[in-house]
Amino acid sequence: MNTIAQLPHPLTTALTDIDVSDARLYQLDAWRPYFERLRNEDPVHYQADSPFGPFWSITRFEDIVAVDSNHQDFSSEPTIVIGDLLDETPFEMFIAMDPPKHDVQRRAVQPVVAPKNLADMEALIRSRVIEILDNLPVGETFDWVDRVSINLTTQMLATLFDFPFEDRHKLTYWSDMATGTPEIAGGDADPQERMAALQECLETFTRLWHSRGEDSGSFDLISLLKRDPHTADIAERPMEFLGNILLLIVGGNDTTRNSATGGILALNQNPAEYEKLRANHALIPGMVSEIIRWQTPLAHMRRTATRDIEFKGKQIKKGDKVVMWYLSGNHDDTAIEHANSFIIDRENPRHHMSFGFGIHRCMGNRLAEMQLRILWEEIMQRFSFVEVMAEPKRVQSNFVRGYTSLPVRLHAL
Amino acid sequence: MPTITLIEFSGQQHTIDAESGKTLMQNAMDNMVPGIDADCGGACACGTCHCFIEDQWSNAAGDTNALEESMLGMRPDRLESSRLSCQIDVSADMDGMVVRLPEYQM
Repeated sequence: MNTIAQLPHPLTTALTDIDVSDARLYQLDAWRPYFERLRNEDPVHYQADSPFGPFWSITRFEDIVAVDSNHQDFSSEPTIVIGDLLDETPFEMFIAMDPPKHDVQRRAVQPVVAPKNLADMEALIRSRVIEILDNLPVGETFDWVDRVSINLTTQMLATLFDFPFEDRHKLTYWSDMATGTPEIAGGDADPQERMAALQECLETFTRLWHSRGEDSGSFDLISLLKRDPHTADIAERPMEFLGNILLLIVGGNDTTRNSATGGILALNQNPAEYEKLRANHALIPGMVSEIIRWQTPLAHMRRTATRDIEFKGKQIKKGDKVVMWYLSGNHDDTAIEHANSFIIDRENPRHHMSFGFGIHRCMGNRLAEMQLRILWEEIMQRFSFVEVMAEPKRVQSNFVRGYTSLPVRLHAL
Repeated sequence: MPTITLIEFSGQQHTIDAESGKTLMQNAMDNMVPGIDADCGGACACGTCHCFIEDQWSNAAGDTNALEESMLGMRPDRLESSRLSCQIDVSADMDGMVVRLPEYQM
C-alpha cells in the first residue's frame, strides 16, 4: 500500500481502475469524487484487483441497507474489514459472527450501554468533560486530538471496563494497533509491534478478568461477560476473549474520538453553521447526529457472500467479499438531501448509516451521542470559537476515518 | 380513519387519527408522537421504532417475519408483545388499538 504511484484521476480514469480500498484516498481526504462516480455510474462495483484481493463495493445508501439487513446471504464471518484475518491473530469477535452465536454474545454486553444505564453515567461524563475543558489553554495552539478527543474517550472506556485509570492510555494504543496494519485496512503499523501490543492487551485483560469478583453486581463490561452463562468461560478461549475485548475497545474509542475531532473541523469549514450553533445551543443534539454522519468514523464494513446471488443486476459469487462503504452511503444525495453539505439543523439528522444497520448495528450509539452532546454543551459554555489553526493529519486507513492531530486555538466567550 | 392511542413510557397518551395503508411508525411520526426514532426510515434495519402491542390487537397487527424477529432479538427490553412499528401496516380493524412505547430506543 505504501506505493508512491499517483492517485488516478477520479473523472477520467476507467471505472475498473477506481480502487476505493486505497487508504491514501482517506489520508489525503480525496475520496469524494471517486465514490460519487461509483454511485452514479457503477453503484455495485467489482474491483478485480486490489492489495486485499478482489471485492465488491456497495456505494448507494439503499443498497447498503439491503446488504446490511440480509445477514443470511451476506455473512459477517470470518471478518468485517476488507483485509482478511492474519494467521497469527485469528480473532473471534461477535461483530464478526452470525446468529446464533452473535446474538448471545452481544446480549451479554449490551446492558452496559442501554440508555437507562447511560442516564446514571451522564453526571460522571459531564464532570470529566468539564475537567478536560477547564484545563485547556486559551489563546495558545494545541492538539485537540490529544488533549480532548483521546482523553475524553479513553476515560470513558476505562470506566466501561473498570480498567485501571492510570493505565488508560494503553487502551488507545491497543486500539490503534488492532486496526493499524497494512493487510487489514491499508495502515502503516509495524506487524511485530502490533503482535507485542496485542499480546500485552490479552495478558492485561486476562489478569483483570481473574482478579474481578464473580458476582460484584457491577455493570462494567468484564463483570457482564463473567456473569452471563454464555460468556462466563470466554477467557479460556484467548482469541475469542481478545477479539471481543478489541471490538469493545475499538468500538468505544476510535469512533467517538474521531467524531469529537471531526465536529471541530466541520464547524470551522462551515462558519455559517457555527454561527447557527452560537445563536441556538438547542441545536446540539441534532448537530451531534450530523457530525457523526459527516465524519462516518468507520468508512466501511465488509460481508462475505454465502451463496451465488444476483444483486442489482450483478452476479455476486459465493465467497466474494462485499464491502459496504458507509462513507459513500452517507453522502448519497438520493437518500439524504444535500448530502455533501454539513447542516446542523437538518430535518431528519438521525437518518444516516454511520452506526450501520441490521443485527450488527452499533450497540453504543446512544452512549456516543451522549458523550458528544455533553462535549458540545460544555464547549459552548466556555468558548466562543475553537479555531482550527492548520490542516489536520489524517489516519492512513480505509476502515478508521480519523485524525492523528488537529491544531486548534481557543477563544474565550 | 382508525383511531390509535400511543402511550409513552411516562404514561403520556397520544390519540391519533391514523391513516390506513401507512405504517404505524409513519403515522406516529406524522403526528409528532415522541418516543419513536425510526432512524432507518422504515427498512426494518435499525430497531428504533420498537413498540408493544397489547394481546387483543396482535392479530390485527399481523405476524413478524424473520428479519423483524432478528432485530427485535437485539433489544434488551424485548417482550412477547414487542413489534417494530415500521412493520405494521395500519388498517381499519385497528380502530381503538393501544400501543405502548418503550423506555428508550436503541
